[in-house]
Amino acid sequence: MFILIVGCGRVGSSVARGMLGEGHEVSCLDEDPESHARLEVGLEKSWEDLGGQFTVGAGLESEALVAAGIERADAFIASTDGDNTNIVIAQIAQKRYQVPTVIARVLDPLRAEWYQRQGLHTVCPTRVAIDMLEGAVRKAAEDSGPGDPATVAG
Amino acid sequence: MYIIVVGAGKVGWNLARELLDKNHEVTLIESNRRRYLTVEQELEHNVSYGDASELWVLERAGIQRADMVIAVTGDDEDNMLICQVAREKYLVERIIARVNNPRNRQHFDLLGIKPSVSATDLILRLLEHEVPEYGLVHLLDLQEEQLEIIEMLLGKDSGVTGRRVGDLQMPEGSLLISVLRSGKGFVPTAETVLEEGDEVLAVLDPGKEDELKALFRPEGNGGDGG
Repeated sequence: MFILIVGCGRVGSSVARGMLGEGHEVSCLDEDPESHARLEVGLEKSWEDLGGQFTVGAGLESEALVAAGIERADAFIASTDGDNTNIVIAQIAQKRYQVPTVIARVLDPLRAEWYQRQGLHTVCPTRVAIDMLEGAVRKAAEDSGPGDPATVAG
Repeated sequence: MYIIVVGAGKVGWNLARELLDKNHEVTLIESNRRRYLTVEQELEHNVSYGDASELWVLERAGIQRADMVIAVTGDDEDNMLICQVAREKYLVERIIARVNNPRNRQHFDLLGIKPSVSATDLILRLLEHEVPEYGLVHLLDLQEEQLEIIEMLLGKDSGVTGRRVGDLQMPEGSLLISVLRSGKGFVPTAETVLEEGDEVLAVLDPGKEDELKALFRPEGNGGDGG
C-alpha cells in the first residue's frame, strides 16, 4: 500500500517508520526540512535508503501534494500540528483526489466527533487521553472502596 | 439580521462597525486577547473573546439563531472551516468567507464555501480595469450562471467601427449589451453604428473571448507585437 503522511512530527514520523517497517511504501510531506531528521531516529540507514520518500512543502499546496504522490496514494494521514489544516487537507484528499482511505488527527473532541459523523475518519488523541485518565481514576476509586456518602449525595 | 463576524482585524472591526450602524445585531469574535481588549473598548458587548474554530465558542455567540456568518480572519483554513461548520452543522443560511491567499480559492470552492472574497483578486480586477493593457476587461464572472461580462474599447484599428450592430457576425453564445459613448451609456439596437472610442460591454459564454476579440480587435490588443 502507498501511504502519504502530511505532517511529520512525533506522531507522523512514528507512523511513517512503523508503516515502512511493515513493508508499505511511505511518503512524508512537511513544511519543515528539519523534520526529515526525525524520520531517521532509531534507523540504521537513511530514510531514502530504506525506500521512504520525503517532500518539503505545505499540505494546502496542490503542487506539493502531487509531488508527494497524492494521486496514487491508497491512504492519506493528516497529522500536522493544526486541527484546521488537518481537517481541510483531509477533505481535499477525499474530495479532489479520491484517496480511498483518509484519516485526520483532530485534537478538538467536539469537532472530531462531528466531522466523523460527516464521513471523515478522525482520530482524536484528546478523547483517548480523557478516556484513559477517567478510566485510571475510576479504577483507583474502585480499589479504595466506596466514596464518602455525603460527598456522593452532594 | 443577526450577523456573526469572525476575526477582529481591520476588515472585521470595520465591518462590524458598519453593520451595527445599519442597525444589525452583531457579534464579533476574536481569539487574540490583546486585540479583543482593544476592540472591546469601542464595541463593548458586541465583541466576544474566543477561538471560533471551537464549536462551543460559536454556540456561546448564538450561532443557532444567526442569519449570517462572515469569516474574515487572516487564516484561510480557519475561514473555510468556520463557514463549513456554520452552514452544515448550524444550518446558517448565508456565509461569506475571506480568502487571504488567492491560491487557496480552489479549496474554498471544493468545500462549497461560497461566496468567498479575496482582496487580492478584487485589487487585481480593479487594476485590470484601470490598466486595460489587454484591451478586454473582465468585469464579472458569473460562475454559477457560466457567463462572463467583458468590456472592450474600440480604437481606430477596430474591425467594427462604422458598422451596424445588426451586420456584425457575433460569435454564437455572445451578445452586445451596452455601449458607452461620450460618457453616456445605451443599449444598442441592430441599427446602432459603432464608433471609434465606444466602450462596449458584451456578455458571453466562457471561452468565447478569442472569437470576440478577433471580431472587435479592441484597443491595446495585439498589433504592436506585444
